[in-house]
Amino acid sequence: MTENKNVELLATGIRRIALELVYKSRSSHIGGALSMADLLSVLYDEFLRITPETVKHPMRDRFILSKGHACTGLYAVLALKGFFPMSELDVYAQNGHHFLTHATHYVPGVELSAGSLGHGLPIACGLALGARSKAENWRTYCMVSDGEMDEGSNWEAILFAGHNHLSNLCLIIDYNKIQSLGFTKDILNLEPLSDKLKAFNWNVIEIDGHDYSMIRQALKVAQIEKNKPSVIIAHTIKGKGVSFMENELLWHYRNPNEEQLKSALKELQI
Amino acid sequence: MRTAFIEQLIEEAKIHDNIFLLVGDLGYSVVESFARQFPDRYMNVGVAEQNMAGIAAGLAMTGYNVYIYSIANFPTLRCMEQIRYDIAYPMSNVKVIAVGGGYSYASLGPSHHATEEIGMLRTIPNMVICAPGDPVETRFITKWSANYNGPVYIRLGKAGEPVVHDSENINIALGAPLLVSNQNAKQSLITSGSMLHPATTFVRENGICADVYSLPFIKPLDKKAFVEFFEKYSHIISLEEHQASCGTGSALLEVMNDLYQEKLISSMPSVKRIAIPDKFVSVSGDQDYLRKIAGIVLKIEDFI
Repeated sequence: MTENKNVELLATGIRRIALELVYKSRSSHIGGALSMADLLSVLYDEFLRITPETVKHPMRDRFILSKGHACTGLYAVLALKGFFPMSELDVYAQNGHHFLTHATHYVPGVELSAGSLGHGLPIACGLALGARSKAENWRTYCMVSDGEMDEGSNWEAILFAGHNHLSNLCLIIDYNKIQSLGFTKDILNLEPLSDKLKAFNWNVIEIDGHDYSMIRQALKVAQIEKNKPSVIIAHTIKGKGVSFMENELLWHYRNPNEEQLKSALKELQI
Repeated sequence: MRTAFIEQLIEEAKIHDNIFLLVGDLGYSVVESFARQFPDRYMNVGVAEQNMAGIAAGLAMTGYNVYIYSIANFPTLRCMEQIRYDIAYPMSNVKVIAVGGGYSYASLGPSHHATEEIGMLRTIPNMVICAPGDPVETRFITKWSANYNGPVYIRLGKAGEPVVHDSENINIALGAPLLVSNQNAKQSLITSGSMLHPATTFVRENGICADVYSLPFIKPLDKKAFVEFFEKYSHIISLEEHQASCGTGSALLEVMNDLYQEKLISSMPSVKRIAIPDKFVSVSGDQDYLRKIAGIVLKIEDFI
């Protein structure tokens, strides 16, 4: 599987950095950073037309991380892709620095400050509408969590994007099945999610969010859709890659101790 | 005021090709002309104000100066968090326009009374808060907003507010009180929004010796301009169509106190604050009637 070598390496790097950041800062939300690592990896390695040199270029693709609490994953991929020196992450969550524990637009490469759920997608709709109205061909990607789909503002935006045929918009749902206080299906069941989104006139693509070939294929399908906004429902595992974190609500909150960090990094074969 | 706003916005959109107007499915007989002239820079996003505010923030990120337009509480309270976090925090170039400030939509009930939104928005950093007093001020503020890059709230009245200013040729300095009627008096009456007309009328009809000011910019307030204002008058009456808490009078008291603490004024004038005393009005009636019920009317004894 040589075609996946680069994205695998990048995803492992994202997981490593995210783990180290939450360990050092004793912060939360590692589970949701690990669940989206593979998606971020394919996006940043193969699809997003944005580089450290084009970070402010008007024709760059826009990536909006709406699940801002999982920012360690985003900061990691941006550092690995050279948007800022890796050493800058040393000040993550430290007094007096911009590296907040929710994604912040003061960090190079981060388009939007996020943290309050249900904000990213309406903004992504505005970006997509702006690109279309200016006849520019850059694309907007927006990553949301499954718990975040409880927010009414997302469904306003879903209705809007479908009605307005925003085919330059791609929504990615990191469907890791766990939200703040338990399983998504028990708290506010989203199912049948695919049918709902189809009914809202979206191009719906459902994949395993840890299968690089499927992620790649889904993003390609989204790119060629000319009439509807696309949504990739990515079935993922919260805490993916670290067995004792996988599918465990606890790791929405807890940060690893030294021994747990070592064990996690060992599993990632670092 | 809404007519003055849209007419001026159309003029500005002819000059500035970055102006984009979003409406939340409101604006019948107001926005059509803009929509006809600038179909590529107009959209009705439906009855979904949180989404409208988010779309505005996104459009602004692509270089547009986005106006969002709806009634009273809807483009303000309904999407307050989007305004705070998506518009004010990143200094988005978004203008929030509420038609029907105060009790403009009187009989429609408290759902349509905008009587708290200035207070809520005033506490949010980066926001500029405007409440023009008549159609002339509305045109000035609209023009100003087309040239200002940042988040602004503009509270409009409804339709048919009388013109108070004698001339279209006014100049409003950001955050400074605007002298509307000068008698070189020792006391002044300062109003925000469409309370300006009842104020000038009351003073004239009752032969009261008081200078009348409008305060079209409620935030930020220009401290220097207020040094002169507080030094000049021993008695000040503030009049607004908003809850007393965190409104215009409240802002005046704050700046007066700060100036006194900073020893920039030598004494504090007495201030009679007329605002809604922390209550909802849930009876039907016209705007003037509701103002009376709420107690936001002038009395001879308020003056010295």
